[in-house]
Parts: sequence; structure tokens; C-alpha cells
Amino acid sequence: MEFAFTDEQQMIAETARSFFAENATSERTRKAMAGDGVDRALWQAFCQELGLSGIGLPESAGGAGLGMVELAIIAEAAGAQVAALPMLSSLVQAAQAIAAGGDAEQQDQWLPRLISGEVIGGYFYGADIQSDGDRLTGGSRFVAHGASADMFVVTDMRQVWIVSANAPGVSVTSQTSMDQTRPLAHVQLDNVTGERLGDPAAALAAVHRAAFIATAAEALGGAQACLDRTVDYSKERIQFGRPIGSFQAYKHRLADMMIEIEQARSAVYWAACAVDEGAEEAEMAIHAAKSFATDTFFRCAGDMIQLHGGIGFTWEHDAHLYFKRARALQTMLGTNVWHREKIATMILGEAA
Amino acid sequence: MKLGFSPEEELFRQECADWLNGQMAGEFRDIKGITKLTGSPERRKEWEQQLAEHRWSCIGWPSQWGGRDATLAQQVIFAEEYARAGVPGRVNHIGIELAGPTILTFGTEEQKQRFLPGIAGGKTIFCQGFSEPNAGSDLASVRTKARLEGGEWVVNGQKIWTSLAHISDWIFVVTRTEEGSQGPKGLTFLMMPIDQPGIEIRGIRQINGDAEFNETFFTDARCPADSLIGAVGDGWRIAMGLLAFERGVSTLGQQMGFRNELDEIIAAAKANGAANDPLVRQRLAKAEVGLRLMRYGALRMLSQTDHAKIDGAALTYKIQWASWRRSLGELAMDVLGQGGEISDHAEYEWDTLPNLFLFSRADTIYGGTNQIQRNLIAERGLGLPREPRGNA
Repeated sequence: MEFAFTDEQQMIAETARSFFAENATSERTRKAMAGDGVDRALWQAFCQELGLSGIGLPESAGGAGLGMVELAIIAEAAGAQVAALPMLSSLVQAAQAIAAGGDAEQQDQWLPRLISGEVIGGYFYGADIQSDGDRLTGGSRFVAHGASADMFVVTDMRQVWIVSANAPGVSVTSQTSMDQTRPLAHVQLDNVTGERLGDPAAALAAVHRAAFIATAAEALGGAQACLDRTVDYSKERIQFGRPIGSFQAYKHRLADMMIEIEQARSAVYWAACAVDEGAEEAEMAIHAAKSFATDTFFRCAGDMIQLHGGIGFTWEHDAHLYFKRARALQTMLGTNVWHREKIATMILGEAA
Repeated sequence: MKLGFSPEEELFRQECADWLNGQMAGEFRDIKGITKLTGSPERRKEWEQQLAEHRWSCIGWPSQWGGRDATLAQQVIFAEEYARAGVPGRVNHIGIELAGPTILTFGTEEQKQRFLPGIAGGKTIFCQGFSEPNAGSDLASVRTKARLEGGEWVVNGQKIWTSLAHISDWIFVVTRTEEGSQGPKGLTFLMMPIDQPGIEIRGIRQINGDAEFNETFFTDARCPADSLIGAVGDGWRIAMGLLAFERGVSTLGQQMGFRNELDEIIAAAKANGAANDPLVRQRLAKAEVGLRLMRYGALRMLSQTDHAKIDGAALTYKIQWASWRRSLGELAMDVLGQGGEISDHAEYEWDTLPNLFLFSRADTIYGGTNQIQRNLIAERGLGLPREPRGNA
């Protein structure tokens, strides 16, 4: 039984944790929130100095190899700081789609620049996309970090195309977004030429796997941070002459957070490992991880506000950053009800 | 990080499965599939001896004492295959998992010689005398007294929730041996034979109609002076050491039983159309996920090599499975509808799912209630201040 990090994985985890803890500070995140939700200096440092941005992408295309476990480790560390970075859209969605479904030329053209951070990628599914050959019309109002993207990977769930953000007919409008660390944009295509990926099924499968795992891992990191920060607060804050963390009503709520988080941790690394090993249960595991871990995050973030009392409701405190990120994660990439219905179909068959 | 077991371990799995399936298809087919701990006790004692004869009764013990020096992974695999083959639970679970390891760790050479062959051989069935009517969650407040008199311990008091005491041969008892002592001080850990005039056992009928637990009364009950494990006054340390042996090897086997229960609910939902209800589908999906997470939580816990570190997965495991199973019982009743309210038996007896619904109310109580678990998680896992103690 070796369902535990290897020494190398442990090292990656420590490196990533200290990188984000030192650099993705509340102050810097808030500065990014006032702009387009990207801390560009942080993104540059992450992509170019830390050497972890190619994880989960093939070495042949400039990636670092390794797999979903390592990707989850990084996403968990970034999530712990609610870092304002386009990691999900650029490295997980756009890059994974091209790595799995693109030809050598497309990979050479895009992957090194996505991995180096020179290009920021966006990704969206447009329910209303009409394709006339490779001329695309349609769009989405919910494109994560869409206003920062230099290129988009676009799908109608049958085909997948690459679209340059400055191609004629592309219009991008930022949306006032509840989660300002990952703001959404309205991207509209009007008869825009897309470059088709040769293997759309492989691209979509890779994006789903990696994105469900990455969001789940990010949620895990966020949930653990909510717990850790609330525990620290509960030891310092004195009411009725004693630390509030000594009251059983308070302790039990923190214990419940930990119980959920430990399960979320099992979910994330089960899914990541199952995908890396090509295990049969991988399909269930990715839906389980996304739904379980993001629900856990939301619960913990809500509890963080409640257990901090009034200060937790202020703009000044970071609790709302976690709370809003958690809420966004629950809905994006398919609601958690949808993910659980996928699992229900696996165990029960389709509903009559 | 890996999900599965090594090829050698998978070979061992095959060996376990072959033997167990052979037994359940052969000489012991009459006990296959019994889920109640109280069913066919005599045959199940014979089964304990059959296990011993083939050296499967305590594979984690040293080979010198009838074990196989099995690794943690092998023990997990055996527990899984045991449950998968439909073999009923071990009536000597307490002897094999708790009493034996306690004697191995804290007992004298003479005690090992005296007790271990019987336990390993399936001939000495043990039960556990910890809880008392006034010492439940607050275990350290036990009042059952023991005094040395004429080369013997003389014990007076009462234990409760002594699972399977009515079919056991021996009981280990935490007793108060120091007059006037309080809490964890002044306690002594004794091993007592049950078949004696000073010990009386009365079954406790539970909400499901079954009686697996007992009250055990001690009235000048006796055991030889050398029946104590550790020293006089050392009882709390021994009792806590014993509880630490229950480190989750059996949990993966236990989960196979949960798997069967969930599968039965899924089958019932498909049969009666509940599987088309979107809310039931959501709850079944959650139950399925919960069970899988239990498995990977247990594997994380067992893969942990640094046992000095407090492991979050281990600390949260009890409340996790207990709460999951209690919810599963509720889900079972929602799936069964009113059909779950009636039994085909003339007596007050219940098939698997209604019985699960009723029995699972105990899961969140025994072995540390959910509330005690939350205290432990908060204090040991999160480092929060301890609960203030009263002046009992």
C-alpha cells in the first residue's frame, strides 16, 4: 500500500506551498482583483522561475511530464492562497486540450508559450455555437479569465477549435464577477475562423479529467486554508474570558470541517491517481472529486465567515475571497448535481 | 502515490480468496452470508477453530504464536477477501484483534504461554469489559472494584455493553484497585474466566429486537493474582494501548459489508422504481462516493509510514463511517417505502436493510460517540483547548 506521496511529490508540494504562501499574498491578490484578476508578476514567476507550469503536459511539447497527482498538488497549493492566476484556463484547459487533441504543429505553436506564460489561454463551451466549416458563430458569457486571454480553445462538445483573441469577429467583454480572483468574460464569436483540433474526443476527455481534478484540488487547498485560519483565530479570540476555540459548539464545527476535508483529500488524490494509472474507476473518481471537494470548500468557507463573527463579513478580511471562489467552483464545469447524476447513471443506469 | 497492491500481494489475495471460497462452498457453507453477530454461535466457534487449523485465525501475529507475520497490506487483503467471500464476522474478534495483541505487547512470557495458544486456536473466546452504566463516554470513571484476597483478585461491580459475553470464555476488565482513586489513576487490567458463580450475564434487548450486547455483573468474582496485565495501577495505560491496536486493518473488510448493503439498496431502488427519482439518485450517488472515499481514506491511513504523526485520515475515520452508515440506513428506508416497515418473520426480526436502519443508530454511539469523536478531532487534530473536567 503506497497511497501516500512519494518523496518527490512531497518535495513538489513543499516547493509549491511555500511559493504561493510567500508570493500570492492577500495584498497582491487584492491588487489583481481590482484589475483583470491576474497577478502578472506572480504568473510570470510561477511559469518561468518555479518550473512547475509544465506539469501534467508531455515533455515532447515542452511540458514537465509527471501527471495528475502532481498537477493536483500544485492546484491545491494555489487554491490555499486563492491565487489570482489563469492556471485553470491556460494550463489545465487550453493546454491539455491541445496536448491531447492537437497535431504536432499546433502543439509546437501553442504549448511552449502557454507553459512559459507568454500566452494566456482561455477555454469555453458555447452551447449556441454554429459552425460553418471552421467559421464559428456563438459564444459564452462565462469565460474564466476570458478578458485576459490571448487565445481561446472553443468547443461545442463535438468539435474543438483554437481561436485567436485578436481574430476578426471576436469580441470580449469583462463581466462584473462575484469571484474577482477568477473573473468571467463574455466572449462572442461572429463568423470567426477557428483552427480545428484533429482529435476532439481526446481533447475533451483530457480537459474534463484535468479540469475536474484541478478544481477539486484547488477546492481542497482552499477548504484547508479556511480551517487553518479559523483554528488560528479561535485560539486568539477571547470572549467570556476564554478562547472561543475552547467552546464545544465551536470546536465541533471545526471538527466537522476537518472530517469533510479529509474525505475531500481522499477524493482528489483518488481521482488523480486513478487517471494517472488508467484505472477503470477514474471516470467515477473525477466526478466524485469535483462535486465532493467543491461542496466541502463551500461549507468550510461559509463556516469560516460564521466562526469569525462580524469581522468575517468584512471586505477587509479574506474570508469572502474563499467564500466566493468556493461558490464559483461549485457551479463551473457542470453543477455538482450534474456530476452526481453522472455517478448515479454509472451505478443505476439512466433514469426511466 | 499508488492506488492498488503489488503483484505479490495480489497473489496472496488469490490464495486467501481460494481458501475462503472453498470453505464457504464446502464444510462451512451453512454459515455463509450470516450477517448478525449472534447467528449460529456454535458453528461459528467451530469456524474459528477451522481458521486456526489452517493458520488463518490471526495472520498478523508472530508465527511463533500461530500467526503468519503478515504485513499490514496482507492483513488488509485477508480482511477484504474474508468479507467478499460472505464469511460471517469473527466471534473471536475481540480475542484476535484486542486481547491477543495486548498480551503480546504487555503480557509476561507465562501469560503468553497461558493465553495465546487458546486465542489463536479459536478455543478461547474473549469479550471486553470496559464500559459501565456510569462510565460510558467518560470511561475513566469506572467503579468496578477489585481487591487482592488470599492470592486472588476479588471483583465486585458491573460492566455493560459487553458484546458476545454470553458466548465468551474470558473477559478482560478494567477495575479500580486503589480505594478512593479517581479517573485514570488506580485502575488495573484483569483477565477473568467467565464460567464462575461470581459472574452473571444478562442480555440487553436492542431496538432491532436482537441481543448482541450484555450486562455483566460481578459479585465476589475471582481470578488468580497473576491475572493482571501490566502492573497494579497500570490499567489505564494498558486499556488505551489496547484501543490503539484497532488501527484499521479490519476496516477495509468492514467496508465490504457496507458495499453489500449499498448494493442491496441499489437493487431495491431499481426493482421498485425509486431509482428514477432524481433525489434518490443524488443520495445514492453521494452514498457511493462516501463509500469509495472511505476506502481511500483507509488506504491513506494504512499507507502512513510515520506513525508518530497524527494522521487526519485516521482521526476522522470512525465518525466518517458511522455517520455514513447511519445515513445509509435512512436512505434504505426511503427507498423501501412502507415495505421497510413490515417484516416477513413472525418474530420481531428484520432483514438486512431494515436491520441496517435500526442497528446503525448504534454505530454513532459505540466505540466513542460522534460527539466524543469531534472532541478528539478538535483537541488532537486541531490543537484546540481541552474540555474542562468536572470534579467527579
